[in-house]
Amino acid sequence: MHQDKVNDFVVRFANVNGTGSASANYLFAKAIFRMGIPVTPKNIFPSNIQGLPTWYDVRISEKGYLGRREGVDFMVCVNPQSMPDDVRSVKAGGYFLYDSTRKLHPELIREDVNYIGIPLMEICNREFTDPRQRQLFKNIVYVGALAQMLGIEFSVLEVLLAEQFNGKEKLIAPNIKALKLGAQYVLDNYNYPIDLKLERRDLVGDKIMIDGNAACGLGAVYGGATVVAWYPITPSTSVVEAFEGYAKKMRIDPVTGKHNYAIVQAEDELAAIGMVIGANWNGARSFTATSGPGLSLMNEFLGLAYFAEIPTVLIDVQRTGPSTGMPTRTQQSDILLAAYASHGDTKQVLLFPSDPKECFEMTAGAFDLAELLQTPIIMMTDLDLGMNDHMSDPFVWDDQRKYNRGKVLNAQQLEELPQFGRYLDVDGDGITYRTIPGTHPTKGSFFTRGTSRDEFAAYTEDGDIYARNMDRLLKKWDTAKDIVPAPYLYQKENKSPYGVLFFGTSTYSAEEAMDLMSQGNVSFDAMRVKAFPFNKTVGDFINSHEKVFVIEQNRDAQLRSLLINELDASPQKLISVLNYNGMPITADNIITQISKSLLPAKKLIYHQ
Amino acid sequence: MTYIRSQFRHPGLPKNDLGYTTKEYEGAISTLCAGCGHDSISGSIIQACFEMSIAPHRIAKLSGIGCSSKTPTYFLGHSHGFNSVHGRMPSVATGANMANRDLLYMGVSGDGDSASIGMGQFVHVIRRNLNMVYIVMNNGCYGLTKGQDSATADAGSKSKKGVANPFQPIDMAGLALELGASFVAQSFSGDKEQLIPLIKAAIDHPGFAFINVISPCVTFNNNPGSTKSYDYVREHMEATATVDFVPLKKEITTSYQKGTGTDIKMHDGSYIHLEKLADDLDPYDRLSAMNALQNARNKDEILTGLLYINPESTDLHHTIQTSDRALNSLGQEELCPGSSVLEGINGELR
Repeated sequence: MHQDKVNDFVVRFANVNGTGSASANYLFAKAIFRMGIPVTPKNIFPSNIQGLPTWYDVRISEKGYLGRREGVDFMVCVNPQSMPDDVRSVKAGGYFLYDSTRKLHPELIREDVNYIGIPLMEICNREFTDPRQRQLFKNIVYVGALAQMLGIEFSVLEVLLAEQFNGKEKLIAPNIKALKLGAQYVLDNYNYPIDLKLERRDLVGDKIMIDGNAACGLGAVYGGATVVAWYPITPSTSVVEAFEGYAKKMRIDPVTGKHNYAIVQAEDELAAIGMVIGANWNGARSFTATSGPGLSLMNEFLGLAYFAEIPTVLIDVQRTGPSTGMPTRTQQSDILLAAYASHGDTKQVLLFPSDPKECFEMTAGAFDLAELLQTPIIMMTDLDLGMNDHMSDPFVWDDQRKYNRGKVLNAQQLEELPQFGRYLDVDGDGITYRTIPGTHPTKGSFFTRGTSRDEFAAYTEDGDIYARNMDRLLKKWDTAKDIVPAPYLYQKENKSPYGVLFFGTSTYSAEEAMDLMSQGNVSFDAMRVKAFPFNKTVGDFINSHEKVFVIEQNRDAQLRSLLINELDASPQKLISVLNYNGMPITADNIITQISKSLLPAKKLIYHQ
Repeated sequence: MTYIRSQFRHPGLPKNDLGYTTKEYEGAISTLCAGCGHDSISGSIIQACFEMSIAPHRIAKLSGIGCSSKTPTYFLGHSHGFNSVHGRMPSVATGANMANRDLLYMGVSGDGDSASIGMGQFVHVIRRNLNMVYIVMNNGCYGLTKGQDSATADAGSKSKKGVANPFQPIDMAGLALELGASFVAQSFSGDKEQLIPLIKAAIDHPGFAFINVISPCVTFNNNPGSTKSYDYVREHMEATATVDFVPLKKEITTSYQKGTGTDIKMHDGSYIHLEKLADDLDPYDRLSAMNALQNARNKDEILTGLLYINPESTDLHHTIQTSDRALNSLGQEELCPGSSVLEGINGELR
């Protein structure tokens, strides 16, 4: 018996980069979100300004699965260049919408696919005179057609357009006209049922939709960042752009109109991190955002910040390496580089957000952590999280919360202090007291340097003093284990001999895989790691299971290496589940890899 | 030699307006070679800050890596210092300055530091006209690694081993002029009479103030054939003018002293008084400064003194419209928009 797929399918848009399709595709995804249906869009774009193929996947999931799912149910193809591949990617019984202004080549016809030709260019050339509008509205026309075929409420689209063009009202009417042209064409020319349906639900509650980079930028505003230094690099650029956008609204001095923030576009990543370190040294909360190649360049300075103990916040939006790799594709492959950034014995604190809410919270919290620990804090997001919109719980801020500036001595405290030693471990937690330049006329000044020094910041090459300092830094590292965000344990008691461990953007698909496998009567215990250094519970989790599957998106199982290296975990126990093709990992992929490892012991269900 | 400095100072040492003697402006005892030009420059910095009655703790002294970059340890002991990574002092200074515009930023660098590994940052800190004093202690060689030629060593100049440098030098003052620095001076570490007023004027300049100081390396580059030795520089130095810095409060008594020179009015009303010697130099005219520098070079002379100043200079904070208050002094109430604003943002994202 034929059943409609209600609120559970994937629509893929194949466009030409630089033709204005992004806003039309977003309009489509946001409309579904507004209808209360869980949706997750993913922008798949080339490292190119204009001309190459670009795709936009929209997964609609009644069950609220927000990871990527392979297999296209409905392809909207307006890029002749990628058409052969696009036709192949449609699932049997799926749909293929194309611009029928030109006849489809016979080789592109598949018997098991439903073709929907709409003369997009012809309609636009007839209805619009401006050449740019003719191109742009092709995209809006297909959104109108989709709305008609799939069941998007037209009023929702109208409201969204009104919001989008608030202040540019002249643009609303032609957009609505374009939507209606698409819908009308479908009404006039197609009368067969489509088995993909969108029906209004109440499944998104008070959730918001935003990309991770914007959430990080907003988090930095709330966290009190005032000095931002950066060098543009995909996919991190929009972090600082978002910070600037929010700061322009929220950080203008009401009397003078001047900025309560400073943004400096540096000449390179080396300068960017240098500026951040200088600002933090001088008592301002400061951050930079970058990606793998930038992080490589910043290594020397990160070693200085670690050894000289200067608070520093860095947001690393990971992309595929090594080298330039695939700049517009996603990966989690900077883990080891970041964890041990710089030469010598260094260890850097890493945070692993998995959704926009955590991007916001962890960025805001990173400034507290950096000042508490007086060390670099590196936020490890990635392109998938950073540049794609995600459904997320709303942002929350507790007005009672106070910034924690850590151990900073003011003039009065210095006056009362019998002795100040910048690197004296007064409290026994490895964290020492610092002063901000200019605080006191005669007390508290010290020399910051990357060379070895004693407890009073005086240069020394005494081996014992050097070793004592390095040991204290390890003590601070131990202190950090209980200060950084604790891992999330999915259940309190161990119920399975098998554990699954993951972090960051693998979370969406990992959770889906766990859910699907549990339906097949295979249950796993699961833990999501949120930070490095690892909290004690991470070791406990590994030790209490026969096997632990470590899901990560890189070739060399970098988190697994870190677990083995830092927790002395048994390598035989840790089974890698990897994905490194530049696309976000899927639940199917996870299930397949775990199945191979466990079969024939367990029979697992296979999704899709 | 001893590395312990006597704590005794003559009780009758002159005091400045803050009630401080030069003792308050000293640092740790130098570990550089005896006779190093860099120590003379440190002495000039101490003297300039003392005479200007600058509170030492309101100065941030920053450097990179190298002999010159060690010197901040040897002056202004009550200031916070920052010995950053090789050549990357300008970025740290930029961040520090963005955080607190109310301190005085004294950057010290060397020719290896600024003309090679740190060239990029040197170029860009000039471009941004960061409000700081940037002193290059220029000896044309790498002292810490025992005497390799640096990028400022003149072509044909001989190292201690007697080998002539085959490459063209980078002229730091010329480069600063070309890049648009708003204050450019050149001096010699052995000429405190000239250097101290130049440092004072640089401190008073509201923008990037660059002083290239030829500072002979007594151990590796003070040999016959070197163009950065004490003897060579003394023989080839040509001053643009006799320089005197006249603070605002002393204007009435000193600004009319001679009348044959030029008074350059600084932003706060103080003056740089120049007894003009070089006919072809107008310190307000960048092109004239570049020509004078080039003409001197053609005659194998080292032109010293104030080369160029833009009295209308405005710094990076002005350009990017930063708050008049130091950013590091802003509290949570001024920085955090709070929960109600966040709820509004959430609403816009639904």
